[in-house]
Amino acid sequence: MKWGVIVFPGSNCDRDAYDVLGRVFGQDVRFIWHKETELGDVDGILLPGGFSYGDYLRSGAIARFSPVMNEVIAFANKGGIVIGICNGFQMLTESGLLPGALRQNHSLRFICQDQPVRVERTDTRFTNACTPQQVLRIPIAHHEGSYFLAEDELKRLEDRNGVLFRYCSLSGDVDAESNPNGSVNNIAGIINEGGNVLGMMPHPERRCDALIVHDDGRAIFESVIDQFVNA
Amino acid sequence: MRVIVEVMPKEGILDPQGKAVMQALHQLGYDEVNGVRVGKRIVLDVNETDAATAIKRAEEMADTLLANENVEGFKVHVAEEIA
Repeated sequence: MKWGVIVFPGSNCDRDAYDVLGRVFGQDVRFIWHKETELGDVDGILLPGGFSYGDYLRSGAIARFSPVMNEVIAFANKGGIVIGICNGFQMLTESGLLPGALRQNHSLRFICQDQPVRVERTDTRFTNACTPQQVLRIPIAHHEGSYFLAEDELKRLEDRNGVLFRYCSLSGDVDAESNPNGSVNNIAGIINEGGNVLGMMPHPERRCDALIVHDDGRAIFESVIDQFVNA
Repeated sequence: MRVIVEVMPKEGILDPQGKAVMQALHQLGYDEVNGVRVGKRIVLDVNETDAATAIKRAEEMADTLLANENVEGFKVHVAEEIA
């Protein structure tokens, strides 16, 4: 697959994403500066984590109006594969490609920890390499990660099975105790109706090489790449 | 002209910042406080002489960028003349 990793001023997980896609998975990957107005020939776009524009105003709110985002939105609306991680997820909600908003953690603290999440669906292009209800340990590192969606819209999201990952305990229990940031329904990651746009707060790109702690994050990239290659 | 945009978290949405501020106020003995919400005040200096137009434009700005309608509401008004 050909991947583009978008680089915003303040992105800081762009190199990790590039390394994982290129070195770990052998993908054709390149950086795309946020001022570009063309994505070029790509099959997938990754919006990386970080603090674009210093998180000013709201996380992702200013990045959402970077010139390249018009192209990313058009690409997503045509069915292109888009993954937004952490700050990338915030950009996806700000741009309207995904519903909801990411707000301050209820603790008001920046949380940085290895976090178990439960895979809610395995019939998507992002999770087909996982087993049902599998618990992945994927780190979170955020201050604005509390997912919020108004009740009626939340019901719509749940009814269409849009939730891919929920914060849970190591044994897979989803409850208030295993919710690190106050997200509604323990939501850690969601997909759009078309199934081609994924947003998640945890950082799978930080757990793809067993030399670096463990490689629970691999399953997500493997799912996307294998399905694309075998399609 | 100076236009003020006030952005507040919507009623009914937990405002963790407001809650923390209220706890601190209680600690200081201000027990009469039974609710705190923290928002943002954005001050725009604009090249515009017509107040209605300035407000309309600022509302557009708030809709587009300054507020996130999922979680925030906003109010726009023209500032008093600066002495």
